[in-house]
Amino acid sequence: MPEPLIKARNLHKYYGIKDGLLQASKNLKALSGVSFDLYEGQTLAVVGESGCGKSTLARLLTSIENPTSGHLSVDGIDMAKSHDKATSKKLRQTVQMVFQDPFGSLNPRQKVGDIIQEPLLINTVLSSLERREKALEIMRLVGLKDEYFHRYPHMFSGGQRQRIAIARALILKPKVVVLDEPVSALDVSIQAQVINLLIELQKELGLAYVFISHDLSVVRHIADEILVMYLGKPVEHGPSEVIFNNPKHPYTQALLSATPSTNISIKRQRIKLIGELPSPVNPPTGCAFNPRCQHAHKSCKISEPIMETYGESQAACLALDEGRI
Amino acid sequence: MNNISTPVTSIRSQQWKEFWFYFSASKSAVAGLVFLTLVILMAIFADVISPHGPAEQFREYAKIPPAWMEGGQAQFFLGTDYAGRDMWSRIIHGSRMSLLAGIVVVVLSMSIGVFLGLIAGYRGGWVETLIMRVMDTIMAVPGLLLALVLVAILGPGLLNAMVAIAITYTPSFVRLTRASTLTELNRDYVSASRVAGAGPARLMFISILPNCMAPIIVQGTLSFSTAILDTAALGFLGMGAQAPIPEWGTLIAENRDLILNAPWTVTFPGVAILLAVLSINLVGDGLRDALDPKLKRS
Amino acid sequence: MALLEIKNLVVDFATATGSLRAVDGIDLTVDEGEIVAVVGESGSGKSVGMLALMGLLPWTSTVNADHIVFDGQDLLNMPDKERRKIIGKDISMIFQEPMTSLNPCFTVGYQITEVLAQHFGGKRRSYNDKAIELLNQVGIPAAESRLNSYPHQLSGGMCQRVMIAMMIACQPKLLIADEPTTALDVTIQAQILELLIELQKSRGMALVIITHDMAVVAETAERVVVLYAGQQVEQRTVKQLFKKPKHPYSEALLNALPERANDKLLNAIPGVVPGQMDRPKGCLFSPRCDYATTLCREKSPNLNNGILCHFPLGDEKKKTEKSIKLEPQ
Repeated sequence: MPEPLIKARNLHKYYGIKDGLLQASKNLKALSGVSFDLYEGQTLAVVGESGCGKSTLARLLTSIENPTSGHLSVDGIDMAKSHDKATSKKLRQTVQMVFQDPFGSLNPRQKVGDIIQEPLLINTVLSSLERREKALEIMRLVGLKDEYFHRYPHMFSGGQRQRIAIARALILKPKVVVLDEPVSALDVSIQAQVINLLIELQKELGLAYVFISHDLSVVRHIADEILVMYLGKPVEHGPSEVIFNNPKHPYTQALLSATPSTNISIKRQRIKLIGELPSPVNPPTGCAFNPRCQHAHKSCKISEPIMETYGESQAACLALDEGRI
Repeated sequence: MNNISTPVTSIRSQQWKEFWFYFSASKSAVAGLVFLTLVILMAIFADVISPHGPAEQFREYAKIPPAWMEGGQAQFFLGTDYAGRDMWSRIIHGSRMSLLAGIVVVVLSMSIGVFLGLIAGYRGGWVETLIMRVMDTIMAVPGLLLALVLVAILGPGLLNAMVAIAITYTPSFVRLTRASTLTELNRDYVSASRVAGAGPARLMFISILPNCMAPIIVQGTLSFSTAILDTAALGFLGMGAQAPIPEWGTLIAENRDLILNAPWTVTFPGVAILLAVLSINLVGDGLRDALDPKLKRS
Repeated sequence: MALLEIKNLVVDFATATGSLRAVDGIDLTVDEGEIVAVVGESGSGKSVGMLALMGLLPWTSTVNADHIVFDGQDLLNMPDKERRKIIGKDISMIFQEPMTSLNPCFTVGYQITEVLAQHFGGKRRSYNDKAIELLNQVGIPAAESRLNSYPHQLSGGMCQRVMIAMMIACQPKLLIADEPTTALDVTIQAQILELLIELQKSRGMALVIITHDMAVVAETAERVVVLYAGQQVEQRTVKQLFKKPKHPYSEALLNALPERANDKLLNAIPGVVPGQMDRPKGCLFSPRCDYATTLCREKSPNLNNGILCHFPLGDEKKKTEKSIKLEPQ
């Protein structure tokens, strides 16, 4: 078995926030205990709603921030240690990111060509002509016309901007691309185009994807493995088909049930979740999901569940553990 | 080979067209621009347009009223001052001083202010606190008073007056830039540049700064007009441009004893200041409408 | 008589680069108590159309129609003052971004009671009890204490509920929901949709849902209108549309959904929605249509039993030419 490109073990990320000048700082637990392996050419989908920590995870993977504790290594490099310039450069060339908002992730004052070339400008010593060649090459690869090179982002539609963002992410030839809700802001017909592009690029360039999304229908189509998160904690983890056909955690079941579908011929039993998503600043005691869970028990309010293996997937649920469901 | 034969020019002209569409929607802004252009031309071609030299004295013709009044002469269009110098020529040459004052003040205060504002917004922490508190202190003192104090220290003169005024204008640029920087810092494109490996300098000056320019430009035009006013005020107080430099404020100062006898000697420099400042403010308004994306209609 | 009848609605915008036709001939009829979905992607004119109905478009717009009649009254030619009496009372609208749709400077209680006082007269404070009742109806716990909350203290889902409470306060006959759940999380989305349907049933309100999400349409609406590039291309019942769409765009849109993909790649629709500058001659969808013929590219289609297509799918009239696909943009 080859070494995983990304190895994450028990990642934690806390932020200290002060509630007022004289209050002691509280801990905002953005991530608590996330573990996964990502192999070359594979797609790991991270699924969850607001406050689940998926954006924090993206920031850790792209070294914008460092984990508070836990082990995270990318292509053998340990992220927790501070790095010299050469290692930082290597990290940047290994993991790149595509952001969610196609309208905000491109600098409105820079031309498309400059946006795409910027990573080369920063990380390599290529001449301006060589950079331009590489940029045009990547643009053709993602389906952008050469003449777009000199235009500004506001002249393009959402789908085209996302292609520009993908081109920028790919120009350093990374091995891993973190995609933070890359198609959520796009129309359905354009979503399909961009997803197809991502699938083709993965095949052609051997990329590994960390695909963050809340849209389960998209995820089902593209992911090999799924990690479901709730309030910073992993609640279920397993191969894509297993999770979709046989979700074990009550939250995963509710999430699948809540996702609308055009298949109106199938009558579904809706799992209705009551209440709001809790705030990471004030998490519920015990299992984070217990206030909204239909299988909640006394023990759920006291102890936090840990990930256990059930068949081909893992889930963190006391009801499962105790055999209640 | 490559197919980027594009029209970089056509994109530029498209941008200018769009800019002009919004700018020209305000008739007053266009009027202001026209007048301002005239003033600029007047300043550039002062030597050619001006009928007499600004320091040329015609002793026999001292205190002559303007040409259309009784006793006036055609060769002295706006009359003469106490030393027989042609007012119209002095005002034309004075435009150079005023525009120069405006430009120098704005360039100085903008460059220092924007630089400090970027650093304050980007770094945060004690750097930000230090810079903002210093700026707060400067703002706490009335502008003109502070300028007077500075000129008193540096010595009177047009250049020193401009430096002093520039210092009093810096805090507003710092505040503006810091506010914009804080907003832009959280945007995805800045994160994207960070992920690409951009260092602080690149992030500040290449990613963030171009996106903060609109309010800074508007503030710049407003400062331009206020700078002219403040320079004139300092000149009037005798602390700015020294006689015989024909700066408009200094003109009013030298002739202030003649308010009752020869009112034209103080009125016309005053009107010149009024019109110049008004036109610049109108242009500034038009610029804001054209540059502010929130006001954009379509 | 239908509650709302719009015929041939056209909306133009004056822009720096000429006139832009955002809505080109929409017909919409809504009966009392009916749920209609208006579906389209960006540039389809779905929001603009409804905003035109409410009189909420900016000054650069020009609204024209054969007629716009609500509850027997002519909305098109009504003076603004008269219109303001109806908007917010008999016709209400909720918007996409709940966090920014509420005024951040005022409390939730203030905003709800203000609506009531505006339409029913009297002192604002006297409506506090009614406000609490409304908050309870939309499922906000601890309603009484919530009256004094500011929008920024509430989550997205809560803000949307407050918005709904505000908009049903005056017992409207018609509620327009513009992408009400797009900005919300999935589990909250399900709650809000359920709330809307429940309120609609209990109050006999007509509901128009504007969305780009076909799945939302499938689960909530009875009838659906499909828009493309400002034009209305299909209007059918939801069951009929999802079983057998008649317009190529509707079919393509459904096929592009991930859940309808047959193999690894999705059935994407090539090309993009035409913008202001590149409107094709003939049918607006022809550059992207799998079935386009030369006729489609030359001549704009007329409405064919409510379908804007020369050759609606599944119709008897056979195409005589083979369809030739152009290079996608």
